[in-house]
Amino acid sequence: MLIISCPWCGERPEIEFVYGGEAHIARPADPSALSDQEWADFLYNRTNPKGTHAERWRHIHGCGRFFNAVRDTVSDFFVATYKPGEPRPDLSQDDAK
Amino acid sequence: MQTFSGFNLLRRALGGHKGWQPQWRTPEPKAEYDVIIVGAGGHGLACAYYLAKEHGISNVAVIERGWLGGGNTGRNTTIVRSNYLFDESAALYEHAVKLWEGLSADLNYNVMYSARGVLMLAHNHHDVQSFKRHVHSNRLNGVDNEWLSAEECKAFCPPLNISSMRYPILGGALQRRGGTARHDAVAWGFARAADSRGVDIIQNCEVTGIRRGPSGAVEGVETSKGFIGAKKIGVSAAGHTSVVMAMAGVRMPLESFPLQALVSEPVKPAFPTVVMSNTIHAYISQSDKGEMVIGAGTDAYTSYSQRGALHITTHTLDAICELVPQFRRLRMLRNWGGIVDVTPDRSPIIAKTPVPGLYVNCGWGTGGFKATPGSGHVFAHTIARDEPHPINAPFTIERFRDGFLIDEAAAAAVAH
Repeated sequence: MLIISCPWCGERPEIEFVYGGEAHIARPADPSALSDQEWADFLYNRTNPKGTHAERWRHIHGCGRFFNAVRDTVSDFFVATYKPGEPRPDLSQDDAK
Repeated sequence: MQTFSGFNLLRRALGGHKGWQPQWRTPEPKAEYDVIIVGAGGHGLACAYYLAKEHGISNVAVIERGWLGGGNTGRNTTIVRSNYLFDESAALYEHAVKLWEGLSADLNYNVMYSARGVLMLAHNHHDVQSFKRHVHSNRLNGVDNEWLSAEECKAFCPPLNISSMRYPILGGALQRRGGTARHDAVAWGFARAADSRGVDIIQNCEVTGIRRGPSGAVEGVETSKGFIGAKKIGVSAAGHTSVVMAMAGVRMPLESFPLQALVSEPVKPAFPTVVMSNTIHAYISQSDKGEMVIGAGTDAYTSYSQRGALHITTHTLDAICELVPQFRRLRMLRNWGGIVDVTPDRSPIIAKTPVPGLYVNCGWGTGGFKATPGSGHVFAHTIARDEPHPINAPFTIERFRDGFLIDEAAAAAVAH
């Protein structure tokens, strides 16, 4: 089981959390201006990288709050967790090893 | 190709079984092919086979990063069925089941398709309504599926516990033509049959790039064995589809999750059918080797690690112990994960892409094995004719843009 570090509560076991998908996908500022393709990109298309991935998690059986994490999808190693609104940490692939 | 027949078996036996040849060649890649398939799993090999057999295109290479059938084809739980709710899905999966029925004879290779039935259990009122709706929908589409009472479920599958459990069984939907097949034999059978028709299967050769010309059309693939040219490239890379498509600059509506499965120690025949329970989240069948083959839903987060969390497996086994109490003392032998590519509507994509000459067959999520022959068949048609077969015409990438989702996610009778 993974140990995940909630930015507010510290390290907790994986079963206290739910996964929330790719992070930093902002809702369009002017939704009516979007084309169908831009809506499809927002709603459905995902990076799905093999390597470091910025993603949302929620500490649902703890503080209940959302936060973001950078995780290596090959090793499942958590490189960093950070609060929502903060920019994605500038991490190289080496940090995930 | 040496054919398998009673006479040939006897002849080789009299020769001490020394006369058998390898089932397929190990060729070095040529400079150029008519079609390159990326990924030598069941779907990719089936596509190559049908390209050669039905469309006369045998100058084909199937390029595989590892060994053939070593990805999800070798990692799934081998269940075959076609009782899907929507017309589009029912047509696609029923096409596959019809091919399964004649596949061993067609390939001259025993894929051990066993129509032992797939029984989906209902544990609450919603399940009952949902499965009855499936039964009616399937009947209208010419797909066999029937409703069984709890007692009839028990009669069909005696090891089941139908009453003394937290969520008692209220009934079930049974597709008698559903069942299992031998996953490795499917990959081997298609590989052997494709190879005998001139298809080159190139293993241990990783695709590292897709080269596109000035017009944007594909020109070939960069691999660990150098550049290989082709005007048409079919991507059949399962969990790694996003990675391969990114090489051509295409973003996909896919996320890759680990899906775990496990098998018990082998025992004598004790479980006659395939049983699936969506509500308490597990499914089980017995392999011809005697192992109980068990699985459930995907892990919670995207990953390429080919392993999952133990608590997911434990949860699955809790359900199995409730469903079949006599298996509580079975020991589990092996546990593994495969990487499945999941679309937002849980239906596959078998289609042309925005890149000329690039085709993709992906998004099978947790249930791709059952479709192997049908998927390969319609994908071959799509590549050969540069237009989809009527069966896969709805399964485009553009359906996400245009709003024509085939939303089996909410309505399927599947355990994920």
